[in-house]
Amino acid sequence: MAEMAASGESPEILFWVGCAGSFDDRYKAVTQAFVKILNKVGVSFAVLGPEEACTGDPARRAGNEFLFQMQAVANIQVMNGYNVKKVVTACPHCFNTIKNEYPALGGEYEVIHHSQFLQQLINEGKVALKGGGEFKGKKITFHDSCYLGRANDVYEAPREVIKALDVELVEMKRCRTKGLCCGAGGAQMFKEPEEGKKDINIERTEEALSTGASAIAVGCPFCLTMMSDGVKNKEREHDVKVYDLAEMIAKDMGI
Amino acid sequence: MSILPQLIFLLVFAVAGYILYKRVSYLRRNIFLGHKEDRNDMKEQRWKTMVLVALGQKKMFKRLGPAFLHLLIYVAFIVINLEVLEFIIDGLSGQHRIFAPFLGGVYAVAMNIFEFLAIAVLVSCFAFLIRRNIMKVDRLAMKELKGWPALDANLILIIEIVLMFAILTMNATDQILAERGVDKYLAVEGLFFSGLIQPLFQGMSEGALIFLERFAWWFHIVGILAFAIYVTYSKHLHIFLAFPNTWYSNLQPKGEMKNMSEVTNEVNMMLGIQTETSNDPPAEIGRFGAKDVNDLSWVNIMNAYSCTECGRCTAECPANITGKKLSPRKIMMDVRDRAEEVGKSIDSGGPGLEDGKSLLGDYTTKEEINACTSCNACVEACPVNIDPLSIILQMRRYVAMEESGSPAQWNAMFQNMETSFSPWKFAPTDRFNWADQLKNEEAK
Repeated sequence: MAEMAASGESPEILFWVGCAGSFDDRYKAVTQAFVKILNKVGVSFAVLGPEEACTGDPARRAGNEFLFQMQAVANIQVMNGYNVKKVVTACPHCFNTIKNEYPALGGEYEVIHHSQFLQQLINEGKVALKGGGEFKGKKITFHDSCYLGRANDVYEAPREVIKALDVELVEMKRCRTKGLCCGAGGAQMFKEPEEGKKDINIERTEEALSTGASAIAVGCPFCLTMMSDGVKNKEREHDVKVYDLAEMIAKDMGI
Repeated sequence: MSILPQLIFLLVFAVAGYILYKRVSYLRRNIFLGHKEDRNDMKEQRWKTMVLVALGQKKMFKRLGPAFLHLLIYVAFIVINLEVLEFIIDGLSGQHRIFAPFLGGVYAVAMNIFEFLAIAVLVSCFAFLIRRNIMKVDRLAMKELKGWPALDANLILIIEIVLMFAILTMNATDQILAERGVDKYLAVEGLFFSGLIQPLFQGMSEGALIFLERFAWWFHIVGILAFAIYVTYSKHLHIFLAFPNTWYSNLQPKGEMKNMSEVTNEVNMMLGIQTETSNDPPAEIGRFGAKDVNDLSWVNIMNAYSCTECGRCTAECPANITGKKLSPRKIMMDVRDRAEEVGKSIDSGGPGLEDGKSLLGDYTTKEEINACTSCNACVEACPVNIDPLSIILQMRRYVAMEESGSPAQWNAMFQNMETSFSPWKFAPTDRFNWADQLKNEEAK
């Protein structure tokens, strides 16, 4: 972003990478896949790089409002400084926070999740899918992320993206408004669960596996981690893969 | 003719009215133990929400069986209460079935509808008793319902059954008396359902029948008044509170947490940001987050009084499903129980909120609130738009900001965020490293 601003360019969108997209080895692949798509389509975009900080979502959900606002206000300073208008992110937690919670602190942007952005690109014909790629005809199930679904009522965009791959989309019993959490929201990603009889991601993975799907599609870095761990725990990683939507599209495009 | 029955009727009404007035004032005061929260915007959408969710029972229909049975009781409650209007006029004027001569054939149709609904209520209440006590449906047999909540639920069902039997007995005996030409009793043609139980009473003397008919009449009307008072002590308050509760629903996206503006000034100062500070003295900051009921907003407490403990929230809660202690329903019951404790203490001249107890600690534990994934499943599931998540998150704020008592792993996450602006301990300068690999690929 800094480079573009220095040369007087103003990109169409700011791609908000998020902490998982920057540091988590598995999710870095998603960031890369999404960037490849953007480059291929020729979208003018920028990233903040080292100027980006955590949105503060886990701090706020864990109760530390002060720390959340420190992160949020600093981020808003940076984004307003670059006159950012439109933000795209591959993380539903960042999406929710920037879209719904930054306005109260002076950060007003158009914020869209990468599933919505991908759907737009597909609808506009900018992403040309082969339709005969490696997913064709395969059974795929989609795991709703809470912060995309119930929190923001985005249920159809990710499904439209998956359907564009010419796959058989199979729903779990608990889907859309009734979707079961992967167990990582509300800052649970950063601590061990409370004592119970089972881990939430195992419960959800069992449900996903029971659909007979050969791949579980997600649109959230935390869900990706939780579902991947669940599949490993069930020793099914050889025949059931967990993908982010952007990875599936990039694979189909052959990039 | 004696006007004694009319006087007694008036007296019963006056006493019931006075008790209800006291009870409503008490509940209102308890709800306003909570702090101010302005929810009077978007009026059109609020009316719409109330009509759809409370009046139209929209969210009930996610579970069809119970929704249908509940709908029967709900419709019966509204429709049969029309008949109460006639009861009141009859009772005050000393008449009997005062509407019958005016409405003619329509009256008989109306009575048949009332009787059909009475039967529907009987069937539904029996079905609900079976679901609770014999089938022991999971969400209706959880440990937080042990004791009074379970008894309360059964009492309501039994009271409704008895009241419906009173209506049917009244109509059956009334019509036998009319057939026998007893003074004041009017024949209403073709009362189907009460006709079915008429044989039970056919052999009785006129005196016994009049006694039974009058007894059922008085039992029904006094029963309704007693029920109205009982409701104010019961989880059954939802029959009234569902309406304001849905009107004051949170209309923002469910994922949004309310900003704590009292923190923002300090944050801006720390970051060296000039803000247009108003000259108004800063609002008095009681406490960060919620430790007790008075730290919550009045909407949170109204939520608690609106809860009928159906447990749909808990049945959808991922933490509860996997055996953690958290139950969103229990959170709501805790808030209500604590508000009741404080309210009663204030009324008896006791210490009220200063009794050394608090919602968090004495009712709800940290283990419960820490298990929440903030997934909003409970909020989505509630048929009357109760928001347990808001209460959980406010308690977490108290723990984090006033006690620094969050789980150790969260404190470590806070520290990472303070020092490296990420919940994980990575150097901020490495944030762009993912791009190196892409650049390498391109270079090839």
